[in-house]
Amino acid sequence: MNITQRYRYLYKPLVLVAGLAPLAWMICGALQLFGASLGADPVKKLEHECGKTALNFLLLTLSVTPVRNLTGLPQLLRLRRMLGLFAFFYVVVHFTVYLVLDLELNLALLGADIVKRPYITVGFTALLLLVPLALTSTNGMMRRLGRHWQSLHRLIYVIAALAVWHFYWQVKRDVREPLLYMGMLALLFAYRLVRWRTRSAARGARVTAAPAAVTSRSGSATAPERT
Amino acid sequence: MLTRVPHIAASEITPPEIYFNRRTLLAGALASAASAWLPAGESAQPPEPALTYARNPQYSVSEAPNKFEEIAGYNNFYEFGTDKESPGKYAHTLRTRPWSVTVQGEAEVRGRFNLEDLLKGQALEERVYRFRCVEAWSLVVPWIGFPLSDLLARFKPTSKAKYVEFTTLYDPGQMPGQRSAVLNWPYVEGLRIDEAMHPLTLMVVGLYGRVLPNQDGAPLRLIVPWKYGFKSIKSIVQIGFSARQPNTAWNVAAPQEYGFYANVNPQVDHPRWSQASERRIGAPFLAARQRTLPFNGYAAQVASLYEGMDLRRYF
Repeated sequence: MNITQRYRYLYKPLVLVAGLAPLAWMICGALQLFGASLGADPVKKLEHECGKTALNFLLLTLSVTPVRNLTGLPQLLRLRRMLGLFAFFYVVVHFTVYLVLDLELNLALLGADIVKRPYITVGFTALLLLVPLALTSTNGMMRRLGRHWQSLHRLIYVIAALAVWHFYWQVKRDVREPLLYMGMLALLFAYRLVRWRTRSAARGARVTAAPAAVTSRSGSATAPERT
Repeated sequence: MLTRVPHIAASEITPPEIYFNRRTLLAGALASAASAWLPAGESAQPPEPALTYARNPQYSVSEAPNKFEEIAGYNNFYEFGTDKESPGKYAHTLRTRPWSVTVQGEAEVRGRFNLEDLLKGQALEERVYRFRCVEAWSLVVPWIGFPLSDLLARFKPTSKAKYVEFTTLYDPGQMPGQRSAVLNWPYVEGLRIDEAMHPLTLMVVGLYGRVLPNQDGAPLRLIVPWKYGFKSIKSIVQIGFSARQPNTAWNVAAPQEYGFYANVNPQVDHPRWSQASERRIGAPFLAARQRTLPFNGYAAQVASLYEGMDLRRYF
């Protein structure tokens, strides 16, 4: 048993507690406990805080691979599922606050918003796309889907782009914050693009150097690449 | 006409003494309980001086006014930051005394006037108006002020004066939000002369019986209750009369989203959100969303100003 395995029982609960902290803060704000407050418009505040927390978890989920590669800590991968599920959780709370507290369960208004408001269309699409990802996040589903699991979960890139776009579009004028998120997402995408290109270049070089290797590697060429 | 007897008894409007005393009471109670977790800045701020005014029952609404804290704690005043809490936190840097207003353009009386001189002898009245933001939230506010027409008449606008343009102070030292280019500073708003002279249009100097808090546009702001809130320009330093329609701040920033007229209209949506309903700040849980009324409920008084106009085009 190496050191990381031993601490597994420590860092997972730590991330769980940290992930629930924003929710705890919002509940304190809603109940005005410990000096926390949601201000004069608690509904909007909750809506925005949940949305931003979800976006933070999306970006954290996408940071796992780069951070793991850069730090050489493979065990970080174990946290990715929990981070992704927290993103989903806060998106669901975000949507619930919007539907119940903001629209006050007016379904006609919800329908009109989804059809007519482009930023809500975009956000709602991101929410729907997250559902199959959350449902297939279990070990059983990973096994059952095999290599399709990876392809399916690449949807996270689309979802993250939609989520940032949703944020950018709903801001009235001051787009500095959504631009910051856009920049962070662009960095995470750029990292993957560079890595993918250097890898395929390396693979190409190997292929030209040793043509005989092509057949032996063909099986793994289509195998899911860790993202 | 707005001859409706107010359904709110005067006693229902919480008197300002209670608000201000509440802070003192609270601070005292907390101090004795040794609750050190309350931020020090939250304790008693000196209340603004009280104003002498008369309540004008002709201008009131059936809804209960918002609390002082809501009106002074939830503001769009980008000169002090773009979120709702920033103006309340940072507007103390604004120096509202001495204050002067420059009058220029198509008027016989022009020049620079001290605010005290402009207000001398001017009777103040309280009017409870609905306030509807273009962002689809709303408030009910007991403003203290006087009709804009009283003020404008003193400058004797000429027959060429078809529009009135208002300008907010430009001083990034006092208004740190002006250091970032979120809007084209200084903030400019304007009205057609008939809108400006309409009896509902108010020059405001106070709120809840006291001098305006800085974040609500001290020392002098406009209130046009049938238009979206951004038309009601704050901290005015200049009034100009002109023959041409002024280039107003939000209209310049996003002409497809914010029109010059900006009349509250549930039928004409903002391109990115619906204007059919609004949420009343401070309303009870699950009872805040309500239908938006044409001209914010002032249609009987002002709809005639726009007769024959296509309000979808002139939004």
